[in-house]
Amino acid sequence: MSALTVTNLRKAFGGLRVTNDVNLNVEPGERRLIIGPNGAGKTTLFNLITGELTPDSGAVHLLGQDITNVPSRRRAHLGMARTYQIITLFARDTILHNVTLAQLGLSPARWNPLIDLKRQGHFVEHAQAALDRVGLGHIANRPLAQTSYGERRRVEIAMALIQNPRVLLLDEPFAGLSIDERRDVKNLLLAIPRDVTIVMIEHNMDVALEFAERITLLHFGEVIVEGNRAEVVADPRTREVYLGH
Amino acid sequence: MTTKLLALIVAFAVLVAVPYWVPGIYYVNVGSQILFYAIFALGLNVLVGYAGLVSLGHAGLFGVTAYATGYMLQLGFGHPMAILIALIISMVSMAIFAALSLRSTGIGFIMITLALGEILWGLAYRWISLTGGDNGLSLKTRPAPFGFSLSDANTFYYATLVIFLLSLMAMAVFVRSPFGAALMGTRDQPRRMNALGYHVWAIRFYACMFSGLLTSISAVLFVYYTQFISPQTLALTASAEVLLMVISGGAGTLLGPIVGAALVVVVKTVVSGFIERWNFLLGAIFVAIVILMPEGLVPGTVRLWRMAWRKRPSPVTRDAEAKS
Repeated sequence: MSALTVTNLRKAFGGLRVTNDVNLNVEPGERRLIIGPNGAGKTTLFNLITGELTPDSGAVHLLGQDITNVPSRRRAHLGMARTYQIITLFARDTILHNVTLAQLGLSPARWNPLIDLKRQGHFVEHAQAALDRVGLGHIANRPLAQTSYGERRRVEIAMALIQNPRVLLLDEPFAGLSIDERRDVKNLLLAIPRDVTIVMIEHNMDVALEFAERITLLHFGEVIVEGNRAEVVADPRTREVYLGH
Repeated sequence: MTTKLLALIVAFAVLVAVPYWVPGIYYVNVGSQILFYAIFALGLNVLVGYAGLVSLGHAGLFGVTAYATGYMLQLGFGHPMAILIALIISMVSMAIFAALSLRSTGIGFIMITLALGEILWGLAYRWISLTGGDNGLSLKTRPAPFGFSLSDANTFYYATLVIFLLSLMAMAVFVRSPFGAALMGTRDQPRRMNALGYHVWAIRFYACMFSGLLTSISAVLFVYYTQFISPQTLALTASAEVLLMVISGGAGTLLGPIVGAALVVVVKTVVSGFIERWNFLLGAIFVAIVILMPEGLVPGTVRLWRMAWRKRPSPVTRDAEAKS
């Protein structure tokens, strides 16, 4: 059984076909990299997989279950988590609260209007542990507005990880990071256990190639090349549309 | 923390002692008005401050409750029954209004609530067989729960104070709760909340119901206070006035709406006795607030206080404090 399967997925905005008959099969535990030039439809593909966009046709299966018509909020409960290319965090709150919200999203307690959230020990402990894991434990109570860009990237990852996803979708986790920060995030991602399947969009080829096992190259909404690291890098079409000569 | 507790005790004592330190019955009644308008503003603040949904039709729902109470009394129901039926009618109405308004957010939400408020105002004005039209409805008596007749100004004040304190406590619990956190999350990042597994629409819907409940409770107090209800109560200006209470005091804060309600009621009732152009004065005060404290009186005062005493901790020391 595959972790994530995308079958004949199509999406058009008006006359522009942004996802054109895409097929994708990601095995459990796999590290998949999706590359492609700007406008290739990578983020759109993510939005179709997470359900934030509705496909025109085609199907998405998560762990063997057809989730094409499952609302995106339910997909989080089924084991899918994502990070955003453009950071979307809760700027008024502390780092700890951001991560707590991620955790609360999957808990029935999210409907409870009567208890004090700050006094729920297990929520606070879990959130603190998740922040320790990404190396932000020492500034857990800092307001998000006072954090650096690199720290926010790690908060994004902590929020995804605390949901214990089976399939994790990372949209450019290295974008805008310094060399040191990139190394930190890379080690962080390498430490994620194999029961989590990871699909990642990334442009920083030096870090991404090291991480990925299989690579899919998208161009104008279509899968052009797919294979293992060496195959895709060696393929002349990769050089033509993406890597350059 | 102890200063906070002390301030709470002092505030509580001042409120309980109102009938003893104000100059006369008139001012006790002003106190009652401040308190039930504060409940109204607390209710609107659930949407404006914590859900990020600005409603310009809340006076419509306020009116539904007030008319329903008056009409049930005219039909011959007793006070408890009339209040209960009125609250049920209001909650059903709120559910319908929420289902219609929540099709949109932002400007769309404002316009739909505005339209709903205007429709209700039109109904109150034209459906004369039900509402008495321009003449309104009069209530002959006030209830007497547990043998305390609310016809007495002091007793009415204390009844209002009890309900006000219960509402404030409900709000205080609500904003600290997981559901409150979820609601504020949908205000700041609805798309993210959806991806995290939250049902954004349902969260907003329940917030509307809570807001509507507080609004209706304040409307019951209002209609027993004035013992009269007319279409004017539902007018757009009434909706705007409560919105101004919330915004001037500080939207999204616990105490802001209360301070805003006190400000508006005091200018409208007390100051208007001395200054004929009190509307102008109220407008000038709002302009001053917007210029000096755009975040509202309560958060603005806190900010100025901290600036004056240089009490704002740097992030480093704050983290150190949080750790220890």
